Amino acid sequence: MNEKIVKLPFFENLANLAVLALLGLLCAFPIVHTLALSFSSASAAASGRVTIWPVEFTTQAYRFVLENPAFIKSFGVSMLRVLVGVPVNMILTILVAYPLSRSKTEFQARDFFAWFFLITVLFSGGLIPWYMVIRQTGLIDKFWALIIPGALPVFNVILLANSFRSIPKELEEAAAMDGAGHWTILLRVLLPLSLPILATLTLFVAVAHWNAWFDGLILMNSPDKYPLQSYLQTVVINPDPRMLTERDLALLQLISNRTTRAAQIFIAMVPILLVYPFLQRYFTTGIKLGSVKG
Amino acid sequence: MLSRRKLAQEIPLYVMLAPAIVLVLVYAYAPMVGIVMAFQRVLPGRGIFGSPWVGLDNFAFILRMPNILQVLWNTIRIAGLKAVAGVIVPVTVALMLNNVTSQTFKRTVQTIIYLPHFLSWVILAGIFIDILSPSEGVVNHLLGLVGIPPIFFLGSDKVFPWTMVGTDVWKSFGFGAIVYLAALTDIDPTLYEAAVMDGASRWQQTWHVTLPGISGTIIMLSTLSLGNILNAGFDQIFNLYSPLVYRTGDIIDTLVYRIGIVNYQYGVATAVGLFKSVVSLLLIGIAYKLAAKWADYRIF
Repeated sequence: MNEKIVKLPFFENLANLAVLALLGLLCAFPIVHTLALSFSSASAAASGRVTIWPVEFTTQAYRFVLENPAFIKSFGVSMLRVLVGVPVNMILTILVAYPLSRSKTEFQARDFFAWFFLITVLFSGGLIPWYMVIRQTGLIDKFWALIIPGALPVFNVILLANSFRSIPKELEEAAAMDGAGHWTILLRVLLPLSLPILATLTLFVAVAHWNAWFDGLILMNSPDKYPLQSYLQTVVINPDPRMLTERDLALLQLISNRTTRAAQIFIAMVPILLVYPFLQRYFTTGIKLGSVKG
Repeated sequence: MLSRRKLAQEIPLYVMLAPAIVLVLVYAYAPMVGIVMAFQRVLPGRGIFGSPWVGLDNFAFILRMPNILQVLWNTIRIAGLKAVAGVIVPVTVALMLNNVTSQTFKRTVQTIIYLPHFLSWVILAGIFIDILSPSEGVVNHLLGLVGIPPIFFLGSDKVFPWTMVGTDVWKSFGFGAIVYLAALTDIDPTLYEAAVMDGASRWQQTWHVTLPGISGTIIMLSTLSLGNILNAGFDQIFNLYSPLVYRTGDIIDTLVYRIGIVNYQYGVATAVGLFKSVVSLLLIGIAYKLAAKWADYRIF
């Protein structure tokens, strides 16, 4: 809007662009390097000849990784986790955001419940009590341990409730005149008007589920139940012989080979890269909504 | 005033809340009750209700740990440095981006710099461990070309905290810059026009209109980061540290992990966690009060 009014002096503008371009390169380089490494031969990688372009191009690392049943298994666990976890997150977010977005006259206990949920963001029992409760509820080593304990993303609830509140009251009042109850107002009036923020939150929880690694690491006893990021944590980042299967142990040399590590890391990045264009589109929406004040 | 008719109208709201209430009671409030373990010697198999009470023994044990003050200091130091860099770098980049006239260039840079925000620390640790390696990493290889001897980014306890700050800024400055850039679009365009009338150059505009225009957001975000002063970044440090750098790199969260999950000292680990939760809660409280006062910020 104001771009046309005053421009930077020529050389300052050039310096500005150069520094920004450098920052861009700085961000892209580690990722591009990893991609180049994953398509290079093991010997080229070992001799440090790879920078941003594959040297002695080969897909051997990928073939090796994709033939590793443990890797495929954990990729599947992660996919399932996203497919199950995201709908659970979203349904609960919507169901909590609606009552909290009501006025005090409509929902007398609104403030009580707002605090009831907010307190869980401000204070927690800490790692060990959390782990103990999950163990007591029988979720250790179960897939649902990755879904249920974190099923309600309270911060998203706040964003959605604020967004619901910004929708003109007249629309709801008109619906209420026609005899619509709370469910109808939520499903027929508010949700159709909230598609951009719902898309934003859906993408965010999908990324969060894909990226989560710690819960898998400590709540699953057997590595074959690990989601991909937990698997990578134990195999690529911090190889722990106790957590590896016999086959893994035999292959540890190969698995921890540089090019194979790069290939595994890159495969784990692919889903993020695929949704990235969508993340970007809804990103600003999300940020704007985050700064909405009640 | 609770009238029966009103309550009847509110029944659907309670139905909506019911599943979440149960969930939060079990997985958020029950662990808070579990904090009593901080005052117990937790025995395997006896659980919370069967373990003997030991009063403040766990806290006394923590105070006698030789490295406890060091760990506390590491946490505050790394978190503090990250918080400072986490404001300066994104604000600078946002102001620089705001001065770019080519929309294509601007969008391209934005697209690249906020990608790392969406990658997990497991993935990024995999990348950084490789590129920062002193023997085969590409960064030290490139530094070698200009005659700089290998730097032990992850293996030297002098360098490690700075590596944490650097890689954290690398991951998050793009995201931060976009947040500030979004705040920039809310600045009243007539302010710029007025500045032009007064003969302001572009830098003067940046300094006198743009920066004051986002100062509210800056104050708000910096104040709120106060509540995170004991969160030095578990995901990052856990995936990048090693016993070599415990002296400067071990933080409260990694210590709790090793005491509790690795060594099964549940009581002690819970006590450390409780200390952290209480201090964090106090700081968050202060931060929100300050943010409300200085930047008119309200969460609800």
